Amino acid sequence: MKPPNPANRPGGDEIKDEVLYSETFRIVGNDFEHGGEVATRVKAILKQLGFPTDTIRRLSIANFEAEMNVIMYADEGTLELAVLPNAVRVTVSDRGHGIPDIEWAMQEGHSTATPEMRARGFGAGLGLPNIRRNSDEFNIESTVGVGTILRYVVCANVTAGS
Amino acid sequence: MQLRSIVALLDCEVISGHELLGAEVPSCFAADLMSDVLAFSAPDSLLITGLTSVQSVHTAHVADCRGILFVSGKRPSAEAIQLARDNAIPLLATSHSMADSCGILLQHGLPPASKA
Repeated sequence: MKPPNPANRPGGDEIKDEVLYSETFRIVGNDFEHGGEVATRVKAILKQLGFPTDTIRRLSIANFEAEMNVIMYADEGTLELAVLPNAVRVTVSDRGHGIPDIEWAMQEGHSTATPEMRARGFGAGLGLPNIRRNSDEFNIESTVGVGTILRYVVCANVTAGS
Repeated sequence: MQLRSIVALLDCEVISGHELLGAEVPSCFAADLMSDVLAFSAPDSLLITGLTSVQSVHTAHVADCRGILFVSGKRPSAEAIQLARDNAIPLLATSHSMADSCGILLQHGLPPASKA
């Protein structure tokens, strides 16, 4: 599915949940070599759709952290992007160990990262708090031994494409 | 401060992005932890780092950094250089350490960019 031409899209804030564009990206666990590619591709899509710079930055940071979390801690996962008229909704689902104590994991500096992860510049215990900080809505569910589902929304002050 | 001024001050090698050296950077942010960059840097800053993997370029891209300065004589991987070219992010390298680089740039008027 290709991004729509903003000029041909319906605008306005009245149908907030109308999905203008959606795409699902696959993320492979332990694939550090490609870590960041999904966030980079989503950023290009949002630029093409005309979202404000600050909205794109906040969403890109959240996406990058979420993508790296799947690579570092899960076997595999997906990032589902849903572009709404004035917001972007993202769902990141993974199959993996899950998080035993979400409250602990949400605190800055709390991490179970390995030295290899830290050597790659991640695993400082900032990922989940950073996703929440850059989101307007944030929700996390996790089942130990099954996986984790992250849902977050970043709102735009200006309607996309305007 | 223009990137070309930073090149002169720190005796940098320009690894890629020669055509972008006229870009102005209002501030810099130094870290080897990319999570720190994502959490605490301000947009449009110069990223100063010793991390040479492709993740440093992805981080600069998503955090809207205007360039990357690799310190202590470190050089980025070929994949990182290609990614930087694809996204128009200039790459510089200096033999100065991270602390020395920050000190020299601050001394010449380039402030830190932390929004923490």
